[in-house]
Amino acid sequence: MKAKFLVPLFIFLLLAGFLGYGLKLNPREVPSPLIGKPAPTFRVPQLQVEDKTISPEDLKGRVWLLNVWASWCISCRYEHPVLVEFARTSPVPIVGLNYKEVRGDGALDVKGLDPVTELASARQRARQWLVEHGGDPYMVSAVDLDGRIGIDYGVYGVPETFLIDQQGVIRYKHIGPITRESLRDVLIPKIAELQRAS
Amino acid sequence: MLMRRVALVAALLLPVAGQAGEAVPVSDDPVLEERVMRLSHDLRCLVCQNQSIAESNAPLAVDLRNQVREQFLAGKDEAAVVDYLVARYGDFVLYLPPFKGATLLLWLGPGLLLVAGAGWLGWRLRRRVREVPPPLSAEEHARAAALLDGSAKPSQESRS
Amino acid sequence: MIPELGHFSLILALILAFVQGVVPLIGASRNRLALMSVGRTAAQGQFLFIAFSFGCLTWSFINSDFTLQLAAGNSHSATPVIYKITGVWGNHEGSLLLWAMSLALWTVAVTVFSRNLPEIFMARVLGVLGLVSTGFLLFLLVTSNPFDRILPGAPEGRDLNPLLQDPGMIIHPPLLYMGYVGFSVAFAFAIAALLSGRMDAAWARWSRPWTTVAWVFLTAGIAIGSGWAYYELGWGGWWFWDPVENASFMPWLLGTALMHSLAVTEKRGAFRSWTVLLAIGAFSLSLMGTFLVRSGVLTSVHAFATDPARGLFVLALLVLVIGVSLTLFAWRAPTLAGGGSFGLVSREASLLGNNVLLSVACGSVLLGTLYPLFIDALNLGKISVGPPYFETVFVPLMTPVIVLMMIGPFVRWKGDDGNRILRKVGPGLIASVVLGIGAAFAIGHVTWRTALGLSLAAWVLIGSAQILWQRLADRQGAGSGSRLRGIPAAWWGMWFAHLGIGVFIIGVALVGSLNSQIQVKMLSGDTAQLAGYTFTFRGVSNAPGPNYAAARATIDVSRGGVTFATLTPEKRFYEAQGMPMTEASIDIGPLRDVYVNLGDQLEDGAWVVGLFYRPFISWIWFGCSLMALGGIFAASDRRYRRLAEREAPAGAARQAA
Repeated sequence: MKAKFLVPLFIFLLLAGFLGYGLKLNPREVPSPLIGKPAPTFRVPQLQVEDKTISPEDLKGRVWLLNVWASWCISCRYEHPVLVEFARTSPVPIVGLNYKEVRGDGALDVKGLDPVTELASARQRARQWLVEHGGDPYMVSAVDLDGRIGIDYGVYGVPETFLIDQQGVIRYKHIGPITRESLRDVLIPKIAELQRAS
Repeated sequence: MLMRRVALVAALLLPVAGQAGEAVPVSDDPVLEERVMRLSHDLRCLVCQNQSIAESNAPLAVDLRNQVREQFLAGKDEAAVVDYLVARYGDFVLYLPPFKGATLLLWLGPGLLLVAGAGWLGWRLRRRVREVPPPLSAEEHARAAALLDGSAKPSQESRS
Repeated sequence: MIPELGHFSLILALILAFVQGVVPLIGASRNRLALMSVGRTAAQGQFLFIAFSFGCLTWSFINSDFTLQLAAGNSHSATPVIYKITGVWGNHEGSLLLWAMSLALWTVAVTVFSRNLPEIFMARVLGVLGLVSTGFLLFLLVTSNPFDRILPGAPEGRDLNPLLQDPGMIIHPPLLYMGYVGFSVAFAFAIAALLSGRMDAAWARWSRPWTTVAWVFLTAGIAIGSGWAYYELGWGGWWFWDPVENASFMPWLLGTALMHSLAVTEKRGAFRSWTVLLAIGAFSLSLMGTFLVRSGVLTSVHAFATDPARGLFVLALLVLVIGVSLTLFAWRAPTLAGGGSFGLVSREASLLGNNVLLSVACGSVLLGTLYPLFIDALNLGKISVGPPYFETVFVPLMTPVIVLMMIGPFVRWKGDDGNRILRKVGPGLIASVVLGIGAAFAIGHVTWRTALGLSLAAWVLIGSAQILWQRLADRQGAGSGSRLRGIPAAWWGMWFAHLGIGVFIIGVALVGSLNSQIQVKMLSGDTAQLAGYTFTFRGVSNAPGPNYAAARATIDVSRGGVTFATLTPEKRFYEAQGMPMTEASIDIGPLRDVYVNLGDQLEDGAWVVGLFYRPFISWIWFGCSLMALGGIFAASDRRYRRLAEREAPAGAARQAA
């Protein structure tokens, strides 16, 4: 008889537990449904070598990282030194995906820009940024002018980093800038695990 | 519902199209645009503070609206476009969550609450009813009035 | 200097709040009148100090004192004075101070208007309010001090978010907070009653006007917020089921249930534990809203800049206030059984039914709002729950509420004859369904949703007319004028509030089914057509404001060749925040709004213009106004004053005995 009067209290405490746990969660970080799925394919011009293209197929058989970046992205500046440092010792290639280099920059007016000019402008901006920010950590960078590849990879905030295995399957996605800690604690162990599996 | 509204919009546009100084719709195809916006209202912008991609002008929202439009133009229907986006961004993009294991309680919850509420209400009322005599019928009212007048003998009948 | 005075004043307020929270409760438990009467003075003092503190903060904003961190972050020297003032509550710290001031204001109102309460009861009420206030003032001073300085000061402020530089900001937050916080009075009355074990008709009667007034504020606050979103967000929507909107809507639903439950408790002494639970629930949901807005556990358009430390503090406060209250409830409520008995078909039963349905609706909104959090916490992924879900769930739940709402007033207290009720309402119900479906066909929009909405609206209107007719017919003999005058204000309150729901539904149903919009490219002299209206673009001119640059378009709206309105939507650019804003322009009419916004200029010089036709949308807010008006009528019923006076000496005597 008296127990029923305790029901509201229990419901509330349960709720409070969830709310408290919720404080530790980040509601804006959305996990990717692409984990365990083949990396979407593409073939686009490279950033550094003008007449070459790059595709995930070129990396079949290797474990590699796909790092989404742009010169207008503020967080990329924090991530960049970490990537440059990691590239020196990295057991796997880091592939850049230069995302909406020109269109993504809110400060630019890109109406009526033709694709050729846009590509040239993107290359120029991105290369200069790499020089200014401590070098190019990427084995190769793909140029995603209109962000289509980004959408295929479910990119919603730059920077993002995908870990892809020998079979071309996405194994892990890191959202936001990579830090030394996340590299040490998560990415490097996961890379090692994938390499052992081969 | 959709068709009717589309027809309404089209009917408004047709008679005046081609007149001098008539404003051109931003979209070449207002019917398509209506479809795009309708679906966009139910899709969440991932980088925004809880806005749909229809409401937001964040670059990603604009890109996704363009994707929706492109897919419609390619002949896909609403379900196919939704599948396309869910495959890339997950269920998070849907303001109408799908019915599946993890959302079982979300979809059944209101019904369960209603059943629980109704059950409790029924139990409560039944318990009360046992304590109270039912109301007087019109005939009983008349008898009571007569009793008060003193024109009838008290009845032996009692109600439980 | 001024901010330091404000800070100091706030500390004094905290001390007084603590005194108000502790001394009267001790007095009540030891039956010491001197201790009990401290509460009143402490409450009034507390209010003065908080108001002074609030004044200091406002002064710093008006005078653009950018050594004050809060002003530097939320104001600008070029901002119009009115938005310098509203900037005070356009941020976490200042709005929390407004929250605390509302609470103090309500407390003072209790000391003034409920002077006739028995001393011991008043002491407990003030004690509970004092403890709540202590918690919030501590929260302010410990985690969110509005008077923090930055030295050296910022040369210029970052300005208030342009979205908030709007007349809506002047009244929406204060009204909403008065509503939220107002439920604290009903809550305090409930806790005081649990403490004393006294929970009778008199208690309900004292509680009722306070609950109703808080409900009026909340209704008005929500309605104004929705109207603001309608014209500010620029695409003609009016309710978005955003977590923060839901956070204000849930206390409204439970508060509505509470008002009705209190009526039964007052008239018949029934549902006492249920009423107490609702009073605790309504205020708990208000507190939880505060947590949701300020902790960052959910993403919302309205959320403040968040900080987990603050979230933890509010959560602790929440657990303390609600946890203790519900424990007290579990301990004391079993003694509250009893009350008048009633039948299966009775006013009591119908009100209890509506109560259950409103609570289920509230629970469903809560479930939908927090479900993404539950799923995330259980590591089951991330989902979003948005408008389509709530519309799917909410409409079926509210339909029986509306139907029952108009049946209830026909049913007699204690018990009634089901057949008699059926005979009374049956024809109206059938007519409503026929009318609703007919109207859906008439407007050429036949969906079950439109038909349902219009049927419900018809039912409310028919029911309202019928019940007024019956009320007048019950008092045969007198002239119609005196018969109308003979109806008590509380009854009119019920009638207007229910009618308001009907008006509201008409607005929702029609705008949902008949609205239309189009985006066009316009050059000077161009015309566009929408829903029978012709829009003529007259060009764009510069219209700089005090703290923004703006392009203002002039658009004539005509129908049948007659120009009846000139709309001037703007595209503004707020320099300090570097933020563009669209300022819609609306011709408001009783039967439709014509709504225009200005987009970007294209390369060929044409402007993108959004044209919106929103039929009957103003009925939504007209309906809300009727509800609020009903609440005001109900709260102003002479009966409360008369009965309070009559009850008080008796109550006092009983306590003394």
